Amino acid sequence: MTTRNGEPPILEVRGLETHFPIRRGLLRRTVGAVRAVDGVNLDLRRGRTLGIVGESGCGKTTVGRSILRLVEPTAGTIRFAGEDVLATNGAALRRLRRRMQIVFQDPYGSLNPRLTVRAILEEGLVIHGLGDAAARAERMRSALDRTGMPAASLERYPHEFSGGQRQRIAIARALVLEPEFVVLDEPVSALDVSIQAQVINLLVELREQFGLTYLFISHDLSVVEHIADEVAVMYLGRVVEHGSTDQLARAPLHPYTHALFSAVPHVDPTRRRRRIVLVGDVPSPSHPPAGCRFHPRCPLAEPACRTIDPPATDLDGHVVHCHVAARLLEQCDGDGARAAARMAEAMAGMAGMTAAGAAPAQDAAPAGLAIQQAGSHAREGELRRGGS
Amino acid sequence: MATYLLRRVLLGVLTLLVITCFVYGLARAMPGTPLTVQLGEDPSRKLNPEDQERLRRIYGLDKPWYMGYAQWLGNVVRGDLGRSITRKQPVTSLIAERIGPTFLVSGTALVLIWLLAIPLGLYASARSGHADERTTSLLLYVLYSFPTFVAALFLQVIFSVWLRGTPWELPLFGMTDLPADAPWPARWADVARHMILPVTCQTYVALAYDSRFIKANMEEVLRQDYIRTARAKGVGPWRVLVRHAFRNTLIPLVTLLGLSLPALVGGSVIIEQIFTWPGMGRLFFESIRERDYPTIMGLTLMFSVLTLLGQLLADVLYCAVDPRVSVE
Repeated sequence: MTTRNGEPPILEVRGLETHFPIRRGLLRRTVGAVRAVDGVNLDLRRGRTLGIVGESGCGKTTVGRSILRLVEPTAGTIRFAGEDVLATNGAALRRLRRRMQIVFQDPYGSLNPRLTVRAILEEGLVIHGLGDAAARAERMRSALDRTGMPAASLERYPHEFSGGQRQRIAIARALVLEPEFVVLDEPVSALDVSIQAQVINLLVELREQFGLTYLFISHDLSVVEHIADEVAVMYLGRVVEHGSTDQLARAPLHPYTHALFSAVPHVDPTRRRRRIVLVGDVPSPSHPPAGCRFHPRCPLAEPACRTIDPPATDLDGHVVHCHVAARLLEQCDGDGARAAARMAEAMAGMAGMTAAGAAPAQDAAPAGLAIQQAGSHAREGELRRGGS
Repeated sequence: MATYLLRRVLLGVLTLLVITCFVYGLARAMPGTPLTVQLGEDPSRKLNPEDQERLRRIYGLDKPWYMGYAQWLGNVVRGDLGRSITRKQPVTSLIAERIGPTFLVSGTALVLIWLLAIPLGLYASARSGHADERTTSLLLYVLYSFPTFVAALFLQVIFSVWLRGTPWELPLFGMTDLPADAPWPARWADVARHMILPVTCQTYVALAYDSRFIKANMEEVLRQDYIRTARAKGVGPWRVLVRHAFRNTLIPLVTLLGLSLPALVGGSVIIEQIFTWPGMGRLFFESIRERDYPTIMGLTLMFSVLTLLGQLLADVLYCAVDPRVSVE
C-alpha cells in the first residue's frame, strides 16, 4: 500500500464508506443502511492498474462509483492527484470529472439510445470547453480510431452496433476527454468470449499509449490477473487482501482469496488442484457479522474471529486482514510463500472441500469455456452454493 | 412507408365498419324511437296511428336494423351523413356548429395540461423523495381522485353563488350572455369568462394523471446506466434531466398525446352538460337521449376516425422521437 518510488499516488482512498439508507413505513423513516462499502483503503500510482475482485454484492462497483462521485460516499476521504474529491463541488467537480472517467459493464445500457455517437462523444467536449468544432471533430475521430471504430460511426445510433462495438464506443467516449484515470466497471463481463480478449487487449494498448491509470473492477480473476498490476480482494464491503498480482497469485494469504483462486478453472488437466467450497450465503450487508466479516463462511474460523475485527498485516505491501494468516506469517518468520502453503493445507484439511478428482469435468474444461463460465457468473454461483 | 400506411388505412376501415355496425345495432335496440321519445306521453301531441306509421316509413324505422345500417353506410360512402331526425338539419352542419365551442375548451385545456404537466413531472422526478415533492404528489393524487362532476358543482357554488357580486364572480353556465350583435372584443372576453370553469374542470384531472405518468417514466429512465454516463461526463443535473432522461420518456408521452386527440373535438359529455356548453359532448348526449340515430352515427363515425388517426399519428411520431423505431 505504500508508494515505493516516493511518487505520491494519483488516487488515495481512506476509510471510504458508502451506505444506502433503508427507508420503511408511512413516513419513510430510515430504519437501517446497506453498508455497500464499509471502510475501504486504496492507493493507486500513476500508470498502474488496480484490480478489484469479489463476488456480486461485495461493493466493488460502489467503490468505483463512489470515487467518481456518481454515488455520494457516507464517510472517508478520496484524494485524486492531490485534490480532495469529496470536498469539491460545482465547476471544480466538473473539471475533476474530465480527468476521471468510467466505462460501464453493459454497453447496451450505458449509451443513450436517443443520441448519435457524435452527440454522445461531443457532449463531454462541449461541456468542458475542449476545442472549437474542428478540434472536437478531430478529437472524436482520433478517439474512435484508437478504439478501432471507423469515423463513419459518428452519424449512427448505438443500436446499430454490436455489443463489442458499443463497448469500444463507450471506451472512446471516456477517452475523448483525455482522462488520466479510468474506472473500468466489469468492462468485458457483458461481452461474448471472443470479443472479451479483443477489448482487454485494446484496454492494455490504450493504457500504454496514454499512460492511463485503471481501476479494473471484475469478478473474473483470470481477466484481472492479465491486466492488473495489483489486486484488492473485496468481501462484504471491505478489502480483505491487497497486494501485487504476483503476490496474490503465488501466495494468497486470506482464506477467501484461497477459495476464489481455487474456483478458477485451469488449462492443465493434470494439475492437481483442490477446490474449496464455501458453505452458506454471503451475509446481508445491512447486518454485517461482528468480528471478521468472513467468519460465518470461513472453514478456519476461530473464537477470536467472531469478536475481533482482524487488523491489517503488511508484508512488503501485501496486506491481509485475517487472524489466522497473521499467526501463520509469524510462525513462518514472514515468509509469505510458506505461510500461503500452510494456509492452503489448513483449508484442505478442514470440512467443506472436495478433492480435484470430484470435479473432473471442471478441471478438464478448455480455456475458452472456462472464461465463458466466469463471464456468466457461474463461478460465483458455485462459490456460494458449494459443489458441482 | 406507403405500404405501411395503406395497411393501416385498410385495417382502420375494417375497424370502423365493426364499430359503426355495433353502435347502430345498439342504438336501434334501445327502447323507443325518435318519434316516441320526442312526443313523450303528452296527450295533446298524440299522433294518430296512421301518421305514426307514415313517419316511421319516412325515417326508415319500419325496416329491420341491418337494413337501416346498410342504408346509412351507403349514404356515408356517397359522403352523406344524413339529416338529424329531431333537429331537422343535416348532421354535418350540426357538427360544424358544435365543433368550434368544444375545440375552444378542449384545446385550451390540452395546451394547459401539457404546459403544466411536463414541468410538474420533471420537478417531481428531480425532487423525488423530498418533502416538497411528496406534498405536491399527494395533492395531485387527491385532485386525480376527485370526480369532475363534483368538482364542477363545487366550482359553480364557489364562483357563481358565494362570490356573486364580487370581481371574482364567474358565470354559472352557457357560452355567452351577450347578444350576437355585440362588438367582438366584448363577446370574446365574455366567452373567455364562461370558459374558465369548464377548462379548469377538464384540466385538473388530466394534469394530475399526466404529471404522475411523466414522473413514473422519468424514474424508470433515471435508473439507466446512460444517465450515469452523462453524469460522469460532467453533464449538469438540469441537462441530464431534460436532454438525457426526458427525451427517453417521449415514446409513452406521444402515445398519451395521440390518444387525447379524439377528446380534443369530442369534448367531455359531463362537463359540457353541467356547464350547458354548446359542444359536441352535449350534442352526443342529447342525440342519444332523443334516439336521433343519424346524429349518433355521425358522431360515432367522427370519434372513431379521430381515435384511429390519433393512433396512427402516435405511431408515426415514434419514428421522430426514437431512432430505433421504424414503421416498417
